[in-house]
Amino acid sequence: MSGRVFHQDRHELHGITVVLETHSSKVYVGRFDSQDERGVHMHDVGVYDAAAGTSKADFLRRCDKFGIMPQHKDLLVPTAEVSAIERLVDAVR
Amino acid sequence: MPYNPALVAPMRGEMTNMGARELTSVAEVDAALGDQKGTMLVFINSVCGCAAGNARPALRLALQHGVKPQQVVTVFAGQDLDATARARQYFAEYQPSSPSVALLRDGEVVHFVHRHQIEGRPPQAIAADLTAAFDRHFGVAV
Repeated sequence: MSGRVFHQDRHELHGITVVLETHSSKVYVGRFDSQDERGVHMHDVGVYDAAAGTSKADFLRRCDKFGIMPQHKDLLVPTAEVSAIERLVDAVR
Repeated sequence: MPYNPALVAPMRGEMTNMGARELTSVAEVDAALGDQKGTMLVFINSVCGCAAGNARPALRLALQHGVKPQQVVTVFAGQDLDATARARQYFAEYQPSSPSVALLRDGEVVHFVHRHQIEGRPPQAIAADLTAAFDRHFGVAV
């Protein structure tokens, strides 16, 4: 059972917690599921909104230390809105 | 809905074989964590192959380190629902994720490893982080 991965045919980021940047003021942090013609499917997603005037770096550091407070159980981010995706652990490094 | 017990039995066995004590009820969790003294590792087990598939071997490696927790206990997320929910109440400051690891000293969480710090990493790297945390929090002060 050790090292067994159930989803070998999935996207390389499947199951990985990512920071998804958008062309708007919003940044999504959550578990990447898949990507298709509609966009990126994520689970247990927290949302940062620069329009609120808080620090994105602080938000990401808090996610890293205390975990992600999900605002969306499931979320589809349309492809046209996605500007960048990176792993949370890399984003806070 | 919990998975078939036969499917998760090897995942439970992997934990008990390395010396972890399974907590499957609220009463067992309260008995272990309610007035916790000394050092303890709580492993939130999971069926997720993406992360738990590497976390369990990592834990086995880490527990071979010279400095380690006095007690190792585990609850199984998605399987033992009440026990897992109760365990998480003892570290409610941290958002639930599974697999995850909490290191406790005298009832206080001194270190927490979230799922996102486990995902996609080889067991050796996860174990190295854990043993560094053991040294930092459970090592003898000089």
